[in-house]
Amino acid sequence: MSTETLETPVVKDKEALLSKRRKKFVTDPLSDDNPITIQVLGICSALAVTTQMKPTLVMAISVTLVLVFSNLIISLMRNAIPARVRIIVQLAVVATLVTLVNEVLKAYAYDMYKELSVFIGLIITNCIVMGRLEAFALGNKPYDSVLDGLGSGLGYSWIILTVAFFREIWGSGKVFGYPVFEAMGIENFATNGLMVSPVGAFIVIGFIIWVQRSKSGYIEH
Amino acid sequence: MDLLNLGIKSIFIENMVFAYFLGMCSFLAVSKKVSTAFGLGLAVVFVLGMTVPINWLLNEYVLKEGALSWLGADFASIDLTFLRFIMFIAIIAAMVQLVEMTIEKFSPSLYGSLGIFLPLIAVNCAILGSSLFMAQRDYTLGEATVFGFSSGIGFFLAIVALAAIREKLKYSHVPDPLKGLGITMFITGLMGLAFMSFMGISL
Repeated sequence: MSTETLETPVVKDKEALLSKRRKKFVTDPLSDDNPITIQVLGICSALAVTTQMKPTLVMAISVTLVLVFSNLIISLMRNAIPARVRIIVQLAVVATLVTLVNEVLKAYAYDMYKELSVFIGLIITNCIVMGRLEAFALGNKPYDSVLDGLGSGLGYSWIILTVAFFREIWGSGKVFGYPVFEAMGIENFATNGLMVSPVGAFIVIGFIIWVQRSKSGYIEH
Repeated sequence: MDLLNLGIKSIFIENMVFAYFLGMCSFLAVSKKVSTAFGLGLAVVFVLGMTVPINWLLNEYVLKEGALSWLGADFASIDLTFLRFIMFIAIIAAMVQLVEMTIEKFSPSLYGSLGIFLPLIAVNCAILGSSLFMAQRDYTLGEATVFGFSSGIGFFLAIVALAAIREKLKYSHVPDPLKGLGITMFITGLMGLAFMSFMGISL
């Protein structure tokens, strides 16, 4: 993914490389501290765009990019932002980044832009972005914040891609728009209309949370 | 009559929570008790009802392609649509602040019950989402106002209903890993299924 190419220049000019502490920033959100299944953030878009794999992938990349860059910018500005107006400043930074993503999609991937419509704009109010800015970027160094943003972005990405995989394969019998069941020689695969509807998303994500939490042993009280 | 239909449609058939998944974060986080859910729901109705018409004015007279033509012929070709996100979110944040101050001044008791939820609302996806839908669907001012209010009412109904179910749920035996978010997801799914029965009603 494009996030890899993004990270390399930052690694070079910092003398401390991937220490154990820093690795945790990236790996923790993947399972133990996942933004969706544990922290309950960013559910809106996780459910809305996941009827198919393709828009979900675009969404995952967009959110990861916005997370990494907004974390970086806010972290660079953290000592200059007065505490009283920090929410407005954060919203302005995030909104600018999201506008950039939106314009790029409009120019280079117009079909995706039409399909995702308002949900690109809604990255602004994605709680993961605001949550990471509040909880991490405001009090940490830029490089750490970039890693934290990357970790949360990847944690978000794998969950929504998993949801999309199940919804697309059951809902329309395809993976990335490729008809898997027909390719395997199974004709007349009965698709489940419920998976395409909003209800399917809730159920699938409920199951993912169930499986993940029974593995990690996390219990909510 | 059309306005009434639009209202009923956005409360039940195209419910913000169950049909578009908007405002899920606060929907899941603040639905543990009916009283708090009630407060948040009211605040959302309030803010949605005010921001959607204001954003409509902003969109119609400043942001849309050719919207600045009232300034003179030179401005007729300007298209500021790309500023939509940043302007809408600024208006929402400012409105939330304003509403908070007004309520604090005129009704301290209401402020006491709503106060903590108001800052939360600025980052509620349902608010920004409604404004974006309004801009996308080319509503008139009347339609935008009705749409804003009834979307708020839809959210209010959904969150109070979920909170009521969750209060009852405390007395039932749920598998450990499903406790909290997991079971809430399933319940929301079932509620969405119930709301789907309104589909196909043409008004």
